[in-house]
Amino acid sequence: MSKNYYDAADLRKFGKITEWSEELGTKFFDYYGKVFEDGALSAREKSLIALAVAHTEQCPYCIDAYTKDGLQKGITKEEMMEAIHVGAAIKSGATLVHGVQMMNVVNKLEM
Amino acid sequence: MKKSLKARNNDIANTQRQIEILSNGIFKNGELPTFAEKINETKQFPLRPKKLEVLQINLGYMCNQVCEHCHVDAGPDRKEIMTKETMMQCLEVIKKTAAHTLDLTGGAPEMNPDFRWFVEEASKVGIKDFIVRSNLTIIQANKKYQDLPDFFKKHKVHVVSSMPHYTKGKTDKQRGDGVFDKSIAALKSLNEVGYGMPNSDLKLDLVYNPSGAFLPGNQNALEHDFKKALKEDFGIDFHNLFAITNLPISRFLDYLIASENYEDYMTALVDAYNPAAVQNVMCTNTISVSWDGWLYDCDFNQMLNLKVASKVQHISAYNEELLQNRNIIINQHCYGCTAGAGSSCQGVVA
Repeated sequence: MSKNYYDAADLRKFGKITEWSEELGTKFFDYYGKVFEDGALSAREKSLIALAVAHTEQCPYCIDAYTKDGLQKGITKEEMMEAIHVGAAIKSGATLVHGVQMMNVVNKLEM
Repeated sequence: MKKSLKARNNDIANTQRQIEILSNGIFKNGELPTFAEKINETKQFPLRPKKLEVLQINLGYMCNQVCEHCHVDAGPDRKEIMTKETMMQCLEVIKKTAAHTLDLTGGAPEMNPDFRWFVEEASKVGIKDFIVRSNLTIIQANKKYQDLPDFFKKHKVHVVSSMPHYTKGKTDKQRGDGVFDKSIAALKSLNEVGYGMPNSDLKLDLVYNPSGAFLPGNQNALEHDFKKALKEDFGIDFHNLFAITNLPISRFLDYLIASENYEDYMTALVDAYNPAAVQNVMCTNTISVSWDGWLYDCDFNQMLNLKVASKVQHISAYNEELLQNRNIIINQHCYGCTAGAGSSCQGVVA
């Protein structure tokens, strides 16, 4: 077994999760594949959303996969970085908006 | 400007060395299946030709560009140029061939001093689709080339041009500083004489190669993005976009090894292997002729010096019937043509 919690080579083995739970694994991958098809959003737009979420989730497999996917789709590095900033802005916004909660508590308790 | 691998005496310029690399390592130790093993899974080994459709002639390795990914290792320092004598032998074959497409490539084929004579003569034969692969910047490189759009139009040539991206950054990184601006100017000059315009018979297609160690995405989606961006930003029209996978040979192989991407890239190619693409790979309908008249299954085999496995190996002894009765020579670079939707000089194949 690897000495590391994350191994880049494991990404290629993702499909193997189906071997221990065929029905659920198959349903998941069918769903996953469908989600990323062109729809109301283009596959290109979905790839950028996935890249941003990959970063906010801090999933190294997903970052690897969706950076490569973006390159394959002709997405530029500037577009990728902006997408990550969108994720970062929501993450930091989500932290800061809780500041209102802190302010509410302070305002209630302080004389 | 950077020099070719050959001029730098780079180890990879040796075709035997390239074949050693492709035959050993991860393919020797069983980590990945060889291409022969892979196509044999669906009983497609040995690979055999189908009806001949394309005669592809390389007029020489000289080029005004030194692209990072070039499988020809072309550049200004390459002096291999087809002679008029070999061209005359090619013309005799063009008159008799069953192929419906004539495809002139290079280097920059326009830099061959007898290029125009050859195009004039070949166009008289009346072949259905007469392609010239132009790198675009050649039209802007020198005054003597600026009338090429009119020359192409006069001979009803189908122009196929390389354009790695619709942004300056990605294009110049792969093909050299200033290439994007010159390519845009060249595309405009082609549009001006009617090339690439909607409903025009003057066909202008673009070729997209990924600018790095990754595979091309969906050809239709890329074509959509290229059309939108080139039209909105520059008012440029073109017909089709061909997405072509970079094959792990020559300069691209050198890049893969130097950037430590070789094994991952080969793994990606094997993972993306599509058995349905095998029956339509271009070596099954093409004969490739080198600048010095040798015959190959495809342009990539030409660059690896893997001549056709036939009694007939030179244009001077060309015999289509005998050539059709051959096995196609394969190695691990062939995975580049069977990944995903497949890849050929005409784009996807599956």
